[in-house]
Amino acid sequence: MPDGQSQNPIRTDVTIVGAGPCGLFAVFELGLLDIKCHLVDILDRPGGQCAELYPEKPIYDIPAVPICTGQELTDKLMEQIAPFDPVFHFGQMATALSKTEDGWWRLTTDMDTVIESKVIVIAAGGGSFMPKKPPIKDIDAFEDTSVFYAVRQMEKFRGKHLVIAGGGDSALDWTVNLQPLAASLTLVHRRDDFRAAPDTVNKMRQLVASGGMTLEIAQISGLEGSDGQLTGVVLKDKDKGEWSIPCDMLLPFYGLTMKLGPVAEFGLNLNENLIPVDTEKFQTSTEGIFAIGDINTYPGKLKLILSGFHEAALMSQAAHRIVHPDRKLRFQYTTSSTDLQQKLGVA
Amino acid sequence: MKLHVTDREGGEHELEGTKGWRVMEIIRDAGLPIAAECGGACACATCHVYVDPEWTDKVEPRGEEENDMLDLAFDVQENSRLSCQILFDESLDGLKVTLAPE
Repeated sequence: MPDGQSQNPIRTDVTIVGAGPCGLFAVFELGLLDIKCHLVDILDRPGGQCAELYPEKPIYDIPAVPICTGQELTDKLMEQIAPFDPVFHFGQMATALSKTEDGWWRLTTDMDTVIESKVIVIAAGGGSFMPKKPPIKDIDAFEDTSVFYAVRQMEKFRGKHLVIAGGGDSALDWTVNLQPLAASLTLVHRRDDFRAAPDTVNKMRQLVASGGMTLEIAQISGLEGSDGQLTGVVLKDKDKGEWSIPCDMLLPFYGLTMKLGPVAEFGLNLNENLIPVDTEKFQTSTEGIFAIGDINTYPGKLKLILSGFHEAALMSQAAHRIVHPDRKLRFQYTTSSTDLQQKLGVA
Repeated sequence: MKLHVTDREGGEHELEGTKGWRVMEIIRDAGLPIAAECGGACACATCHVYVDPEWTDKVEPRGEEENDMLDLAFDVQENSRLSCQILFDESLDGLKVTLAPE
């Protein structure tokens, strides 16, 4: 049985929920104190908001780094924490947290990975990135039967009348990939201009030209069907008005949005979807569970990456007392400590 | 200077506008429900508003990047804007916007 299943959980010192900049830097601060980390993140790569929302946008307020992009910051942090061999569990959402009989925190993900650790650090930013759901009446009733926000098995869509909505890479990639399987495919986008990779856009236009699919410049305004089964979608355009097209399955791709998600069920005190912490340890209402970065709140809180870095450093001091209760905490500088430099692999 | 905001339930709010603030920031500062997830980086489309038709000529037109990002919004109309891309000043005193559905 592979590691990390319920019968054979991973055991480590600290589990970090969220691999954004604060979660990543926590690996560094904990690593200097001989604390090993596993990280869980719903995205398929590190960086959190820096990777998902603004990988190419400049950040000017990282101390001593006059300018870097979200992606560059992520890459530099990954380089900085590499000596500590963090273990990442990407594409997974932390769904449940409980305590074992022998006092470990047991965190379970939606992929059934089970990690047991002495300390939990919640560095989940604005929450989990989840697909944006169109605010269309009754769409909930069709989700998972006729409306899908991701493609897990292409075969599910074979022989169906598909409608894909959106103008980015996800919409265009799936348009091109699912078109050969579908009974019919219509791409719906609000304008005849696409953000997706030009190559994919060209392929889509060729399919339209050869009659292999339809492109509708419109927006979805309603759904038709019953008992979870779509029969059509209603489109609208300011000049053409409203009309409906046949549809068995709808795939809306409008990007991701952040939702607090299952962290809300972890039994922690919450204040308007933020987790209150003290400013000595950045500990939550539950001993052994810490919260750092955008997801926490305390008097004077600023949602800045640099604040999250500071929080990671202080949290690590407190985590050390839990993970290594028998060891005396020694305050050292990386500049002068041979011990720390050996951990970093530079001495 | 005033900014008039209609929320998603139709409630009307008169906010004090501040020169140099983005319209999104004025709305957020008043505690109205605007996600503005990316914090004003024109990277998410969660600060989508409709500008009242009588004001559409008075606000600066959409930028290309803003127009791209509106692809991630719903029910986009001709008067759709990302409110983080509208800088408030005297010329917009009295501006009326409506929060878009989310």
